[in-house]
Amino acid sequence: MKDLQTLVLLLVEDNPNDAELTQRALRKAQVDARLDIARDGAAALDYLLSSRPKPKVVFLDLKLPKVDGIEVLRRIRGDDRTRSIPVVVLTSSQEERDINECYKLGVNSYVVKPVEFDKFYKVVGDLGTYWLILNKSPL
Amino acid sequence: MTTIDDVEILLVEDNPNDVELTLRALQKQNLASKVLVVKDGVEALEFIFATGAFAHRKIENRPKVVLLDLKLPKIDGIEVLSRMKNDERTRHIPVVMLTSSQEERDVLDTYNLGVNSYIVKPVDFSNFVHAVSELGLYWGLLNKVPS
Repeated sequence: MKDLQTLVLLLVEDNPNDAELTQRALRKAQVDARLDIARDGAAALDYLLSSRPKPKVVFLDLKLPKVDGIEVLRRIRGDDRTRSIPVVVLTSSQEERDINECYKLGVNSYVVKPVEFDKFYKVVGDLGTYWLILNKSPL
Repeated sequence: MTTIDDVEILLVEDNPNDVELTLRALQKQNLASKVLVVKDGVEALEFIFATGAFAHRKIENRPKVVLLDLKLPKIDGIEVLSRMKNDERTRHIPVVMLTSSQEERDVLDTYNLGVNSYIVKPVDFSNFVHAVSELGLYWGLLNKVPS
């Protein structure tokens, strides 16, 4: 079911441990994708406006340096060049206000990072399989 | 007992074979008891907006996900999606297109209207069941929606 396009995932995450864990979880889940990482919101926006090919999905943390995740989402959805890219918020926040705001801005999915290592690992693998293999993104 | 206000997955599908396969896959994940199946776009909108045959339903009891086919009798899937995503009361409900169309036009149009995910129905029986199980688990358990 894999498209011919290169599978690229953009992870927007300032915590190096979480980024490393994501990398390993995807490999374990046999998701054959290129993982690009942006360490803050400004870098994510620069990346999205300049990179080719566009990522199939963006995994976006909410608490980020420079430009926070909510603002990144708002700008992705406000720009015709990036509007249709699937965005999954992956965060430790369970706050109803954050969940509501993200859906209001048009997030595709909102997933809470499990605190335990094993569960986090499993969830990231499931996310990778779902968004990079099962889901079809616009070209 | 499951009542109309407990529905967690709304399946909008007019093909009886696809309905049966989908239900069987969801059954495996113990998700089948909270599925409601409707067969055209009119019924889907009546459920979602709690009107017509579903006027007695509480609109605030939102399903966790709507699995929506594109080609439907009466009102098609694009129109159902568009009405849901343009209404404050229903735009937060995740919608997954589950369709046999691989056309880029359909993919792009639905994302621009705010679809949450787009899944092409696998032709092969076991791949179909596998895909529906995965998406049932994803939207039924992993994804978080506003309460």
